[in-house]
Formats: sequence, structure tokens, C-alpha cells
Amino acid sequence: MKEDIIVCKNIKKAYGMGETEVVVLKGITFSIKEGEFVAIMGPSGSGKSTLMHILGALDTPTSGEYFLDGKDVSKLSDEELADIRREKIGFVFQAFNLLPRTTVLRNVSLPLIYANMPKFEREEIAKKALADAAFPEAFWLYHSNQISGGMMQRVAIARSLVNNPTLILADEPTGNLDSKTGEIVLHTFQSLNMKQGKTVVLITHEPYVAEHADRIIHIMDGNILTDEKNHRKRIARNEKDIPHDNT
Amino acid sequence: MTTRDLFEETYSAVTVNKVRSGLTMLGIVIGIASVIALVAVGQGSQASIAASVDSLGANLVMVTPGAQATFGSGVRAAAGSAQTLTPDDATAIASLNNVEAVAPEISGRYQVVYQANNANTSVMGTTPAYEQVRNLQVADGDFFTDTDVTDSNLVAVIGPTVLQNLFAPSVNASATPDMAIGQQIRISGNIFTVIGVTVAKGGTGFSNQDDMIYVPLTADQHYLLGSSAYLTEVDVEASTQQAMTQVQNDITNLLLQRHNIANSQSPDFTVLNQASIVSTASSVTGTFTTLLAAIAAISLLVGGIGIMNMMLTTVTERTREIGLRKAIGAKKNDITLQFLAESVMLTFTGGLIGIVLGWLAAIAISLVTGVTTSVSIPYILLAFFVSAAIGIIFGYYPARRAAGLNPIEALRYE
Repeated sequence: MKEDIIVCKNIKKAYGMGETEVVVLKGITFSIKEGEFVAIMGPSGSGKSTLMHILGALDTPTSGEYFLDGKDVSKLSDEELADIRREKIGFVFQAFNLLPRTTVLRNVSLPLIYANMPKFEREEIAKKALADAAFPEAFWLYHSNQISGGMMQRVAIARSLVNNPTLILADEPTGNLDSKTGEIVLHTFQSLNMKQGKTVVLITHEPYVAEHADRIIHIMDGNILTDEKNHRKRIARNEKDIPHDNT
Repeated sequence: MTTRDLFEETYSAVTVNKVRSGLTMLGIVIGIASVIALVAVGQGSQASIAASVDSLGANLVMVTPGAQATFGSGVRAAAGSAQTLTPDDATAIASLNNVEAVAPEISGRYQVVYQANNANTSVMGTTPAYEQVRNLQVADGDFFTDTDVTDSNLVAVIGPTVLQNLFAPSVNASATPDMAIGQQIRISGNIFTVIGVTVAKGGTGFSNQDDMIYVPLTADQHYLLGSSAYLTEVDVEASTQQAMTQVQNDITNLLLQRHNIANSQSPDFTVLNQASIVSTASSVTGTFTTLLAAIAAISLLVGGIGIMNMMLTTVTERTREIGLRKAIGAKKNDITLQFLAESVMLTFTGGLIGIVLGWLAAIAISLVTGVTTSVSIPYILLAFFVSAAIGIIFGYYPARRAAGLNPIEALRYE
């Protein structure tokens, strides 16, 4: 039996005070085991982004406890949260958030700069991460604004891998991509999960995307609606398996 | 983040928008360059004034008669016109402690004639000690001797301007000392033989030593003035610079006693110390230098505000980048340091270019206008640190603003 690496106990999050108080999360309890591929699904306004910020140590809950890798993260200061993010979390964003006019290789090795790793060592790890994210070697020294959206997202995935994170957190990773490149990105996540045992949490509002995960947690109005194993798991195709449509 | 990484990140951030970085830097370049150039002008003129006062003679104390005054409501005449300073006073001064040499002087303006040419010039009757006291050098021929003074010989040493005016008055020709030495000139009708020509010194701001004729004191008294009663000035050389104040005080006391003046507040003479002239002159030029530096500092301040403006724009433009950096684990200090490094790199580079340009400008100013300039190392170091400090001061607020951004909001920023 694998260990629980994420444990959320009755997490509540409210913004504002007194009469203007808005309760976004109303008591969320769940746990995620190492090596799981979980999709957190819900419509906009359901609180899934707020949950993602708490899971990603970008924010702390108003009440409740959040254990990441056995450490209570829910009451840390901003500076301590930065340490947690640097050591344990890999982010993939909808808008990629790569540094423009900067090479792919440097973009990928950026998190390691803040870990004070020497350049040579950093680039070795970045190259391995790029290979794991199925990013073609020919483009390693291209600037990030010279490559396609699908490639950009694979650079972002490689960047999320370099610190060997406990958790990869992907926020609508296919939101800015067409269905074909979206499928390639989902394939990358699935292969990282299945072949390397990476724990992946995917936040999305599209049921189709969520169906690529092993387990789907449904959030609605700040509560967990359903939390069940996905029995109809879709397997995303690799780039070479998708037929060209000649358009 | 290691220093090397910080430098690389900063370099790439600054060079991304070269035109904007360049224009922002220009403010600092102009500020630093004008500080360097204007201070160089100020210090150069300070040095040249000090040098020309020094050329009057070393450790010089000058004694001049005071204003002629009568008791009651009599008419007061100009300072220096009183006939109170006598040759005996000069002899008495010579016996004071730490007095190296004493040169009594009588000066007046006379019409001077050589053949068909004439000039109106200053004639000074003095003793050979004058050569030493006033640091006078004879280029050709000789200065007159003590014998010439005792014998009241009619000999004259002329300045280069007098030489030119009397012996080659047309503009194109230039007179050589050979043309003058041994020739006879008439001063106020008396025939003097020219025995020497002095070295050209240029004006000192007090009098033009080149437009001058020197004759033995006694010859002046007997033939030109017709009286041996008074002197127009006594120049005294103190033995050391430290002794100047003491010599000045001793002369004052001696003359008060000799002239029977009880009230030391109203002497009939003035004793001027060369050091005090130098310090007055340099305090004037010092004020001038400070003023120039202050004006230049204003342009530096404006340059600094330009830096702050650009950094604030950069922080806004790169909000998402800052959000990302924070999301992947950058701490507040990492972000602060990164933006501070950018502004310091801009001001530091600007400062370096400014120093070079300011230096070149100082050289150009002295070539074009002839004003002496002196670029001093302390000011260059100061400019260096000031430019770095401007980067830190004006970069700090934008950098803290960047570091204080909430990563969630920064990532969402459009």
C-alpha cells in the first residue's frame, strides 16, 4: 500500500470579513496517495482554483489542516511556503508562463537557479526533464517565444519536473491548446504518471480532460460532490499515433 | 541564487529592451558627466588662481600705506595714497625675526620714450632684493645691483610688454631683447640705460608684471620723484610659511610703535599676508565649484527619477514573470535583489560612461576655452559610488513592490 502524500482535513477558505465574508471552500477532506493521477473537476466559481492554490502552497486555508509529504503546510509563513514550492511542487499553468526571449533550456532550469544549483548540474537535469516531457532536442536552444503552443506546454511540464517534486500540479493545462496538442500534453502526463510513478493533480472544468485521470474529485459550491475512481479512463495518444489531417 | 546567475539574469533583462535601457541610462550618463566636467572646471580655476598668487613670490607679506585721513570731517583719500611708509620703516622691518628679505618700492606711471616710440607704463624703484621677494626672473641681461642703488645709477630693467611697445611697436614685428639691451630710453625726460629684460609672467590679477620698468630705488627718488620721503609699498619675504603670521604681527606692532599710533584699530598702513589672499581666492572658487556641482547634481537627481520610472514600468510589465518566479520558489529577497541589480547595473554602467565622457568634456573645455581643468580621482570615486547609490535608492521602491506582489494575483495579471 502506497503512502498518502496529500492529506486535507476539513479545509475552509473565506475571503473578506463580517458581512462581506465569502466562503469559497466549506470543508474539504480528502487524501491522495503517491503515484495517483487525480483530476479535480468543477465549473468556474466552484472553488477548484482556490483549492489548487492551497494544494500548491501558494495560499493557506482559513481553517483546517493540509499535510504535504507529512508536513503541515497550512500554517506556514509566505517565506516558508516559497521553500515548500521550490522543493516539493511542480506547476503547469494554462498560459504556460515561460520567460520570453529566453532559451528553452534556461526556462526549464529556472527553478534550480533558486535552489543555488551550479549551472552545469542544472542543465544536465533540465535536459533529462526535457527528454521525459518528450520535447525534441533540436529545439532546446530556441527561445521560448519561437516554438508552438503544444511545445511550450511541454517545456512547462519539463520545468515542473526539474526539482523532482512530490506533486505535479496542472491548472487547466490544455485550456489554451487545440484538441490535438491537448491530447499530446495529456499523453505526456499519463506517461509520466504510469512510467515514472509521478503524482499528478489536474485541475479542469472539461469532463473529457478529467477522464484521462485514475480518479475524479468533483467540486461544487465549495464542497466535494463526488470522489470516485474513474472506470472509463481514456488513454491519450502519442504524437506519432495521431493521424495528420492535412489542414 | 548565485551571484553569477543574478548577473546573467540581470544582463539579459537589461539588454532585452536596449533602446529603453539606453535612454534611461543616458540620464545618469549626463548627470555624472556634468558633475565630473563642472567640478574639473571649478577645481582647475581654483588651482590656477592659487598658482598665480603663488607666482607673486614665496611667503610674501605686503605692507602698504593706509588711507590719508585728517582729524574731524576731512576728506579721506584712497588707501595706499598716504605718505606714511618711509625707507627707515623698511630698514627696521629687515631686522625683525624670520624676515628673509625686504624690498622697498616706489611705483608711479610715466611716459617712456625710445627714439620715435613712446609708451605710458609703470616704473618701479626698488632694490635687488625685489628679484628674490617677488620671484622675478631676468631673461636676458642682468638685474641692477646694490652698487647701482648706492650710486643712484640710471639703469633700467624692462618687462617684455614694454620691450615690445618701445622697440617694435608695429603689430607684425616682434622685439628681441638684443634690440633693447644697451639702448637708452627716456623716462620722464631722464636718460636710463636698459640692462635687462624680465621673463614674461602674464597678469596676476593684481597688476601686469610684464608691463613694468624696474629702476634702482635711489635713482627713482632722485630723478623721477624728487623726494626720498616715502615708499608706496614694502614687500617682505618670511623665512618659512609657518612664520608668516608671526612676521605679519611683528610688522604691525613695529609700525604702530614707529608711527606713534596708540589705537591699533586705526593704523595708517595695511599688512597683507599672501596666505590670506590665497585662502580668500580659494574660498571664492570653492563656492563656485560647489555651485557648479550642485547644478550638476540636480541633473543626476532627474536621471535617478528616470531610473525609478523605468523600473516601475518594468515591474508592471513583468508581473506575470514575477508571479511565476514566486510560484517556482523564489523568495522575496530573490526578487528584490534581481530588480535592484537591474537598476544598479543601469546606473553603474551609466556612471562609468559618464566618468569617461565627463573627463573628455573637461579636456575639450580646456582645449577650446583655455580654462584650466583638473579631474580629481576622489571625485571620480565619488561619482562611481553616487551612481551605484542612485541605483539602490531609486531601484529599491520598485524592487520592493515587485517582491511584495501576491503570486496568485501576479500569475492572473493580464
